[in-house]
Amino acid sequence: MLRVIVRRLLQLVVTLIALSALIFIWLRNLPGGPVEALLGERATPERRALLIKALGYDQPILVQYGKFMQRVLTGDFGNSIRSGDPVTEVIGRAFPATIELALAAMIIAVGLGVPLGYLAARWRGRWPDNLTIAGTLLGISIPIFFLGYLLKDVFTQNIHWFPPSGRVTTGLDNTEVTGFFVLDSLLTREFDATADALWHLILPAVTLATIPLAVIVRITRASVLDVLNEDYVRTAEAKGLRHRTIRGRHILRNALLPVVTTIGLQTGALLSGAVLTEKVYNWGGLGTLITDSITGGRDYPVLQAIILLAALVFVMVNLLVDLSYAFIDPRVRVR
Amino acid sequence: MSERSIGLLGDRKKARLEELARASAEKGGVSLFRDALRRLRRNPVAIIGAAIVGLFVLVAVFAPLIAPHDPVQRFDELTRNLTVDSIPGASAEHPLGSDPLGRDFLSRLIHGSRQTLFVGVLATLIGLSLGVLLGAIAGAFGGWVDVVLMRLTDVMLALPSLLLAITLVAMASRSSQWTVIFAVAIVNVPIFARLLRGSMLAQRESDHVLAARALGVKERNIVLRHMLPNSLTAVIVQATLTFAVAILDAAALSFLGLGDPDINRAEWGLMLGVDGQRYFDVRPELAYFPALAIIVVALGFTLLGEAMREAIDPKNRR
Amino acid sequence: MQARRLRTAVTLAAVAALAVGAAGCAESDRSDDSGEAKTGGTFIFAGAGDPKNFDPIFNDDGESFRPIRQMYDTLIQHKPGTAELQGGLAESWEHDPDGKVWTFKLRQGVKFHDGTPFNATAVCFNFDRWYNMKGAAAQSQMIYYMDVFGGFAKNENPDAGKPVYNKCEAKDDGTAVITLNQYKGAFPGAFALTALSIASPDALKKGDADTVKQNGDSFEYSSFATSTPVGTGPFTFGGWDKAKNEITLNRNPDYFGEKAKVDKLIIKIIKDENTRKQELRAGTVQGIDFPAPADRKALSGEGFQVLDRPAFNILYLGINQKNPKLKDLRVRQAIAYALNRQQLVQTKGPGGTKVADEFMPDTVLGYAPDVQKYEYNPEKAKQLLKEAGAEGLTLNFYYPPDVSRPYMPNPQEIFTVLANDLQAVGIKVNGVPRPWNGGFKDDVQQFGKQDLHILGWTGDYNDPGNFVGTFFGRGKVEFGDQAMTEMFDAIAKADATVDEAAKKAAWEQVNRDIAAKWLPAVPVWHAPPAIVVTKDVKGVVASPLTDERFNTVSVSK
Repeated sequence: MLRVIVRRLLQLVVTLIALSALIFIWLRNLPGGPVEALLGERATPERRALLIKALGYDQPILVQYGKFMQRVLTGDFGNSIRSGDPVTEVIGRAFPATIELALAAMIIAVGLGVPLGYLAARWRGRWPDNLTIAGTLLGISIPIFFLGYLLKDVFTQNIHWFPPSGRVTTGLDNTEVTGFFVLDSLLTREFDATADALWHLILPAVTLATIPLAVIVRITRASVLDVLNEDYVRTAEAKGLRHRTIRGRHILRNALLPVVTTIGLQTGALLSGAVLTEKVYNWGGLGTLITDSITGGRDYPVLQAIILLAALVFVMVNLLVDLSYAFIDPRVRVR
Repeated sequence: MSERSIGLLGDRKKARLEELARASAEKGGVSLFRDALRRLRRNPVAIIGAAIVGLFVLVAVFAPLIAPHDPVQRFDELTRNLTVDSIPGASAEHPLGSDPLGRDFLSRLIHGSRQTLFVGVLATLIGLSLGVLLGAIAGAFGGWVDVVLMRLTDVMLALPSLLLAITLVAMASRSSQWTVIFAVAIVNVPIFARLLRGSMLAQRESDHVLAARALGVKERNIVLRHMLPNSLTAVIVQATLTFAVAILDAAALSFLGLGDPDINRAEWGLMLGVDGQRYFDVRPELAYFPALAIIVVALGFTLLGEAMREAIDPKNRR
Repeated sequence: MQARRLRTAVTLAAVAALAVGAAGCAESDRSDDSGEAKTGGTFIFAGAGDPKNFDPIFNDDGESFRPIRQMYDTLIQHKPGTAELQGGLAESWEHDPDGKVWTFKLRQGVKFHDGTPFNATAVCFNFDRWYNMKGAAAQSQMIYYMDVFGGFAKNENPDAGKPVYNKCEAKDDGTAVITLNQYKGAFPGAFALTALSIASPDALKKGDADTVKQNGDSFEYSSFATSTPVGTGPFTFGGWDKAKNEITLNRNPDYFGEKAKVDKLIIKIIKDENTRKQELRAGTVQGIDFPAPADRKALSGEGFQVLDRPAFNILYLGINQKNPKLKDLRVRQAIAYALNRQQLVQTKGPGGTKVADEFMPDTVLGYAPDVQKYEYNPEKAKQLLKEAGAEGLTLNFYYPPDVSRPYMPNPQEIFTVLANDLQAVGIKVNGVPRPWNGGFKDDVQQFGKQDLHILGWTGDYNDPGNFVGTFFGRGKVEFGDQAMTEMFDAIAKADATVDEAAKKAAWEQVNRDIAAKWLPAVPVWHAPPAIVVTKDVKGVVASPLTDERFNTVSVSK
């Protein structure tokens, strides 16, 4: 087992090095880039040459890559070209924002989705079921950014229930500890800041929750229907157990297993949705960071760090899944 | 967002995809197809879905005949009253008024169905062909080829689809209609690959393939003549669902400023993501109509796809 | 249950907001119409992008200059709302007949935020610092310095040219004398450039300001530039919370000029123009920059103050003479006649946009009222094309689809309209969209791949050299005009003219000749960018140079 893990980790390192080289070289061969972005309209051949020299782009690409790898080994991913801040710091700042948003969306999706799915299944074929199904179909057919736009227009411009953008009210003097604003304000007992952060969180989270909500409703419904047909539920009903007991002890518990799996699978959808939601609500998370680093002048260091980070996470998750299968089921041999 | 369709497929996406594929393959494609068609015709959901899709395709094909005007022509009577903060509304000649450049909005919407169909079909086809190719190779050869290819699709499935598309657009030297189509397409490759592989694997051991092999039919011909056609039902179902996702993804890229840059082209995603956003306060119709069109069409394809899947699902064949 | 909790949250927040508002009211009881009255409170202004850092000399964009302008002063200032000059840190200035020796009489008793005195030594310290800056990393970031002063004491790039700056002497505390190697038309306007703001020598030294570290392929700025900037301006630096995108500036109670009326100025960075507008409507910010042109009318209808900045920019259609067909003046004139610029201005120009006949706004010295104008005339265009034997011409038209510049709020639409006009006279247009930072400027300015392109410029100071000289002062790949030496010479001569009247006449002739004889590009429009504030905000003066200083701003509630 240990040997397998070590070998897979080595493979992982090789994969990442190859990937980093590919991304590094590819990005730098694209037209345009930081020099163009930094100089704007004021570019002259002399200034361009000076900046290229200063940034080290005049060196052979392999030399540049070598230097980059050298720094990476010391944990230094370089600095954002635009702000000059260390890339690790830039990503570290955006990360909690996205996680906070995604978590809130997941809470809404699960908290609403499971009961709705259950109700739909219990009333199968009747109007609550039909209504729910229609709702979920609409939920997955509407462009999420457009939904965000509508919600924002209605709830921040027509009726002023929520703030249009941002994570807290501008000028709010809250203490930042972890970067998760809700958590931070709870930790420091600044409860007005908690209320403020939650208040800002609601609309984006609802927008982001649409698709996972639709999916969870449908999975719950299907799963509950499956369980309702199982023998043990019929037996329990035949035994004359009270409905409430059957519901709690048998149906929900068994039906929720596939739902939990789905929640895991929806992480990808959440991150995709976050890119759009963050843009609509000016939410300073990873999604905004990615689109900004592309359109705002190919911020190479930030871009390559994000792509590598994403690759690392996914390869690691894959490895863990494989290993856990092997752990659970001895018949599966990890290659 | 292809996660939408994956999510809808069921709890464990990979296993489910393969199960479905197997189901469609087991019984032999043709009889299953007939069987499914029969059940489809009795399903009102399928009929609504098919009606929407049919209407959409009709409008797209006959757009030049239906549309009152040329979609890229700028009209004097519209530009005369056009300013950056007011866009002429409905008139007898132009039932939906002007777009931000003095073009006939209704005609652009109608022609938009064409471009949208084009983007959707092409993205689906490219995703499908690449996916089918990968899946067929994996399913036909098995062994290490299978392992490597499936590892690849695992990683692609794990990546958030829109992020993958954004990365691809960033990695392309510039955005164009083709980068959008390709980025949207590539996201679907692993889904089709998984689907086809499952179906092929199921058939490798099936009676008719074993019989063909015993008769000495070449392996290549077995794959092409016997295995592939039998897997197609499941692929067509998935393609229907993919279409809806493709036009939504294309709209999302436009919204992020990474979409098709040519605003002369009337494409719903582009109209919604660019003009719809910019002139939302001036004339919200510029957003509402393309959005509505996208929603209805996406809904139509989803309904049809779902109904089709239900029809081939072995569970419903009891 | 859900609904009630939601409402509770809303109510809680509303109460909090009210409490803050009430606190603001209590302080703003004193009248705000007397010039020096402090009204207190906070002014929150939404900017459109991240600043780079706060060391003026290393910056060249408006988003960085916005906070810098509140914290620093320049020797010479712009009269609020104009591009005219007035005393700043220097009360007066004069130069010798050659324009080479500039003597500044400095304001007395001014102190930097750190308490150190402002005097001639401090001025010379700043100028010498720039001139002696070392390292490619630092030099490459000093765009405006190079613009004005050419080279450095030791050039990292041998092509950078000879320095215009010679030396700075502190005659006494109140007199600084700057000696130049040669006169340029840029003076004295250039002394008002925000990039040439005067910083505290003490803080520069303490903050290690000259060190720009190159880390891999990016730069790391000093602590002075990022966290301890010190100037003389009406506000002092509070902090930049990058998780919230907020820059906080505090009132400087010892400011030498009109002291700030508000206690605190927060610059909130909101990149999306729609979101800026929505925040303004929601009342969470009191001012926004660069509203979408489409929203201006609606906003002013809703009672917001939409303040147009007098247009100090130019959008032009570039023509590349690398294409032999475009070397023919008649073809270029045909292109000019083919464009219905009047209609473009009406349909797509932000309110107040004017058709451009010259490559600079009419407020700049040397604007000629009588240049050849190219009124929309498609017939004449066709005829000229025929004469030149250039019928059936196909041209590659480059444009950036993904950007919004003050002079070009929506390039996609501008391109589509212009291309339409050109098609109408029989020129086939092949549109080539390239991302602004993904190859557009490189393709256009470095490689010259285009036949036509749209680009523009926002002026830095009132000098024709800053407009016309920038575009046509020397041969550029952008226009493929390397052979037009007559034009370069005329511009160089005009730029070197010291006498005001002669200078004016020389530039007027240059503008006439550009329109009639050379036409290396077609000027399209001057579009005024705007700034919007709520009706409670007083004292914002929109500047053509986006040089707004917020010390005069008060917020009443």
